[in-house]
Amino acid sequence: MSVDLSLDYFALFGLPCRFRLDEATLDHAWHTLQTEVHPDRHAHLPDGSDRRNAMAGALRVNEAYTALKKPLTRAQYLLELAGMGSDVINANVMAPEYLFEQLQWREAVEEARGTNDIDALEQLALRLQIQKGGVVEQLAVQLDDQRDLDAAADTVRRMMFLDKLRQDIDNVLAAFDG
Amino acid sequence: MALLQIAEPGQSAAPHKHRLAVGIDLGTTNSLVATVRNGIAVCLTDEQGRAIMPSIVHYRDGGGIELGFDAMSTRVSDPRNTIVSVKRFMGRGIKDVTHIEAMPYVFEETPGMVRLRTVQGSKSPVEISAELLRALRKRAEASLGGELTGVVVTVPAYFDDAQRQATRDAARLAGLHVLRLLNEPTAAAVAYGLDNASEGVYAVFDLGGGTFDLSILKLTRGVFEVLATNGDTALGGDDFDHRLYCWALDHARIDPPSAEDARRLLMAARAVKELLTVCEEAPFRLRLDSGEEVDLTVTRADFFEMTRALVQKTLAPVKRALRDAGLSPRDVKGVVMVGGATRMPHIQRAVAEYFGQEPLTNLDPDRVVALGAAMQANALAGNRREDDSWLLLDVIPLSLGLETMGGLSEKVIARNATLPVARAQEFTTFKDGQTAMSFHIVQGERELVADCRSLARFELRGIPPMAAGAARIRVTFQVDADGLLSVSALEASTGVEASIHVKPSYGLTDDEIAGMLRSSLEHASDDLTARALREKQVEAERLLEACAQALAADSELLDEAERTTIDALIARLRQLVTGHDANALSDAIAALSRATEDFATRRMNRSLSKALTGHNIDEL
Repeated sequence: MSVDLSLDYFALFGLPCRFRLDEATLDHAWHTLQTEVHPDRHAHLPDGSDRRNAMAGALRVNEAYTALKKPLTRAQYLLELAGMGSDVINANVMAPEYLFEQLQWREAVEEARGTNDIDALEQLALRLQIQKGGVVEQLAVQLDDQRDLDAAADTVRRMMFLDKLRQDIDNVLAAFDG
Repeated sequence: MALLQIAEPGQSAAPHKHRLAVGIDLGTTNSLVATVRNGIAVCLTDEQGRAIMPSIVHYRDGGGIELGFDAMSTRVSDPRNTIVSVKRFMGRGIKDVTHIEAMPYVFEETPGMVRLRTVQGSKSPVEISAELLRALRKRAEASLGGELTGVVVTVPAYFDDAQRQATRDAARLAGLHVLRLLNEPTAAAVAYGLDNASEGVYAVFDLGGGTFDLSILKLTRGVFEVLATNGDTALGGDDFDHRLYCWALDHARIDPPSAEDARRLLMAARAVKELLTVCEEAPFRLRLDSGEEVDLTVTRADFFEMTRALVQKTLAPVKRALRDAGLSPRDVKGVVMVGGATRMPHIQRAVAEYFGQEPLTNLDPDRVVALGAAMQANALAGNRREDDSWLLLDVIPLSLGLETMGGLSEKVIARNATLPVARAQEFTTFKDGQTAMSFHIVQGERELVADCRSLARFELRGIPPMAAGAARIRVTFQVDADGLLSVSALEASTGVEASIHVKPSYGLTDDEIAGMLRSSLEHASDDLTARALREKQVEAERLLEACAQALAADSELLDEAERTTIDALIARLRQLVTGHDANALSDAIAALSRATEDFATRRMNRSLSKALTGHNIDEL
């Protein structure tokens, strides 16, 4: 097996290029590569090109890991490898039922935020988590089994919305913590 | 130097050469220095056998300073010139410092970092911290019998870029070679994890004298991965003292005290706090210079009541860190307590209640950070044994962003990204014919730039005039393993470039540091040229050593011509290394480094494939 830093993220970690992935396998491959290239491994050497090389390696390995770890970014990366950049994905027109779904979520979050209802927000976060699980499974089928990239791009857009919503809920909850 | 020592990364090329390296815990209240001796981390003590050095510097009238225990007595007699808790001022402006009204110092309104006016003139927190570091360096060199190769200095995980820069500058000013800035909770986790061979998710609850950190780490087979970190760099044991102080002023009906009396009251408050850790009640009794008497009794219940809000304040970062890590309190296998302030019983109870388990207190909370830093210093210096190869994967605590239209912060690197990390973002011009673009770099989670910390501003000039939106300006943020940021900007169509090592707003410039070094009496006798030559010689020796090793291991990766060039450059460097020409030596080092660059890349690729082969995919 030949591995170098110009490889795609999956090949870099010695993983098959597909959506379904075992997190423990990815973590272990990440640790194995960082053990080679992490700046801590080269701190005793003087400044110079080998440290720069290792730094470039460490940056690339972390970038690859970050992209593959989360289902959304992993799906986006697979689409990008297949020639569908983010501009193509974002240009897709959303089906009306998804837009309606988004509207309902937004209203629910706004209502809970308006009444400072932390329990309701936490409930929404939990429901969102469950829904996200379903969307991830759908992506696995579309990307790995059906190889239907257009459908996967739609699902990615749905997921982007769910992730953003989750972030908003977390921000509101974080404000309540303090 | 060009060659990766790939055979055993992190191992010394010549294991018999033990390099002297120490870990330094530069604390708000106390500082410590530790090293690894015969494979075991130990704190280094002063002549009286004390590991702790109070972080106190006294500037004497007429010159000279006293430090640590020797400066304790002047806290009351000369409060203005006896600086305690200087860490609270590192990388901070005057408006950021809490409880400034209870402090006896004369502050100076200077742009960027606050300064203190002492009898020996205006001092920056960086200079004051450097005094503490210099004392620890002396202690270490006396104890280890030689010059230090490098140090690891710990910082609160929640320190921002300005505070980290200030710490690094202080170490440089003290003549130390910083191998790494290490986050305090991570250092504690290393000491704890390696001691207990732990696996799983751990929380480190680190409440020091002036700072609070909460880190969530996952420990797997020798890898310490920080999942999330949060905290408050203006919350610590000092704040509990301050509550007691206010309570005493209130209950004893005392007029606003003089600087001397304020110091006295604060010291009494700390003694009361410490006593309440073991006793149910404590006397708060002292006579002030003003003639007023304080004669009060504080019960634990009183103390818990007056500090309840502070305890609550520690729980917010705990919740946020867990949420960022996507975990609940149940997922945490153990909570490691770090920092003297975690001795307070109501802190321990609050943590136990929140996590549903008793926190781990089996390591000395005052020493654990220094011990972990020593282990990391030992590894970074290249002293580690092959069977001792653990790895730290730490994160950036606060998001980094750029100011965009409307005073909003556009996040470029999100908090809790694993270090090192680089990210590029493209921007474009918004006016026709625009030839310059200014960037404002900020750190923090808030939407508005005004609510984030301003780190630096810089300009990219010389953009060729184009229609609005036609220029492509690529801004790259890179954060190294110390958590320090550098930023560069490049206009893609013309290659116009600007880069900045982020420091102007809060840090010191290199000139300022050089000036301080020159003026420092400590270094007046140091022959800077000789030092520079010695450093170059050490670098050359290491490079030669690494080359020999790399050639022995992987020379088949080179063709004949490449090999001849490298051999000739090695011979030249060998010749110069014993001479006295630092510049020629420096050039020869650079030449050999350049010539071996490709070789290093080939070796790295080979090593990476080696690392992954031998495990097939299912097994990984």
